[in-house]
Amino acid sequence: MTYTWDFHSVWQYRDLFMWGLWISVVYTVGSIVLGILIGFLTCAMRLSGWRILSFIARVYQEIFRCTPLLVQLLWFYYAFPLLIGASIDNRVAALLTLSLYVGAFYAEIFRGGIVSIDKGQREAAAAIGMSSWQAMHRIILPQALKRMLPSFINQSVIQFKNTSLVSVISVADLAYMAAVVNGQTYRPLESYTFMAVLYIALLLPMTQIADWVEKRLRVSD
Amino acid sequence: MTTTSTATAPVIEAIGLRKTFGTHEVLKGLNLGLARGEVVALIGPSGSGKSTFIRCLNRMEHPTGGEIRFRDKPVGESFRDSEAAIGIGTLRRHVGMVFQHFNLFPHKTVLQNVTEGPIVVCKRPRRETEELAKDLLAQVGLSDKHAAFPNHLSGGQKQRVAIARALAMQPDVLLLDEVTSALDPELVGEVLAVIRSLAEAGMTMAIVTHEMAFAAEVASRVLFLDQGVIAEEGSPAEVILNPANPRLQAFVARFKA
Ligand SMILES: Nc1ncnc2c1ncn2[C@@H]1O[C@H](COP(=O)(O)OP(=O)(O)OP(=O)(O)O)[C@@H](O)[C@H]1O
Ligand SMILES: [Mg+2]
Repeated sequence: MTYTWDFHSVWQYRDLFMWGLWISVVYTVGSIVLGILIGFLTCAMRLSGWRILSFIARVYQEIFRCTPLLVQLLWFYYAFPLLIGASIDNRVAALLTLSLYVGAFYAEIFRGGIVSIDKGQREAAAAIGMSSWQAMHRIILPQALKRMLPSFINQSVIQFKNTSLVSVISVADLAYMAAVVNGQTYRPLESYTFMAVLYIALLLPMTQIADWVEKRLRVSD
Repeated sequence: MTTTSTATAPVIEAIGLRKTFGTHEVLKGLNLGLARGEVVALIGPSGSGKSTFIRCLNRMEHPTGGEIRFRDKPVGESFRDSEAAIGIGTLRRHVGMVFQHFNLFPHKTVLQNVTEGPIVVCKRPRRETEELAKDLLAQVGLSDKHAAFPNHLSGGQKQRVAIARALAMQPDVLLLDEVTSALDPELVGEVLAVIRSLAEAGMTMAIVTHEMAFAAEVASRVLFLDQGVIAEEGSPAEVILNPANPRLQAFVARFKA
């Protein structure tokens, strides 16, 4: 069987694809920014030395790390509104879920980076009279950030791919638009291939950057 | 040698110092006062509490009993000074510490390692601090290493940077915890030479060391710590050269060999 490719009909919808791609980027970047804040807060709670705070943070992390993102999206969009007795916008549900999801992973990456720094560093900082805050941001964090950077970039690349799941709650991202175009053209092979190519075009440079960063950091260590 | 009048209060003083880890009492009520310019060497078997003791002096370790006094004032529980007590932050600004494993900041250059404390903690002007740091690095023989990062230095060089870093705070007291124990034997001498010159310049120091000959040479007083108490105390001649206490005799003999 020979298939005649017809990218022409799909190409007519390129603006739709581009718009979808833009939406994917917006949700990725938005959830990464919020995820950093959530991750930072969670990490601070974990390391605070307060049992209760640390426990709450831990419970949050495990819930979001041990359920699939798809399940979380469905739950937040379809189940959570019943719980609070008000409907919630699919875009809000999507952004919130993505952020909480990635935040749980970021928190672990941040925490891992911080606790991996030798305790002698904190002691040396304390010994010259630094407060724990000064020691953290002048001595511990700069070293920890460097160490956590490769995992952070990796998680962020994964986040971009995960964003495609928001299409199941009708957020018009790239995956959603590909389905729309397929519905219009009846050209699944072209529609979905084009979508895949767009993902690769954006993610390939990112994975290359991640590899490069990791190699450079290893050399400078 | 240093003679100290009894009228002058010690710069730093431990009174009835106790420290317990869990149920294990490591320090059982130690007393020590360091007079200005005095060099005290602490010797004793592994686990006798030497590190714990000097770490209590700058409050890296929280004593479970007794008191630390600095310049005749009690050291309090908070980081900042209060009416009645000196803050832990203030104490540490004036009491420097050098560690066995150097603990240099690997993301900073040699010069930045030395200037970090004065600039960040004491808010001194950068220009002036860099001049001071360069002088100190010259003193420890590292004038050519300002821009180097710590992991490009030998152990002996690292430890000399660490000493310069502590000195940059212009401390009243310097605490040294086995600062040559992590060094290759051929690098020990260069670090001891620096400490020797500090002693000659009148720096007040508490030195934990296993280098008996060195302790005998630089210390004005030697303390033998054993099982959490000061088992013996006196001049180097009494404690190291002609020990009376049998446990001390055995201990010293092991290190003299
Ligand atoms: N953070 C800690 N938690 C529990 N026990 C500790 C801690 N620090 C020290 N100890 C215990 O306290 C005792 C004294 O330790 P310390 O490090 O002060 O001995 P030291 O005289 O410096 O020995 P060394 O010559 O081996 O350095 C040891 O039994 C040690 O196991
Ligand atoms: Mg020790």
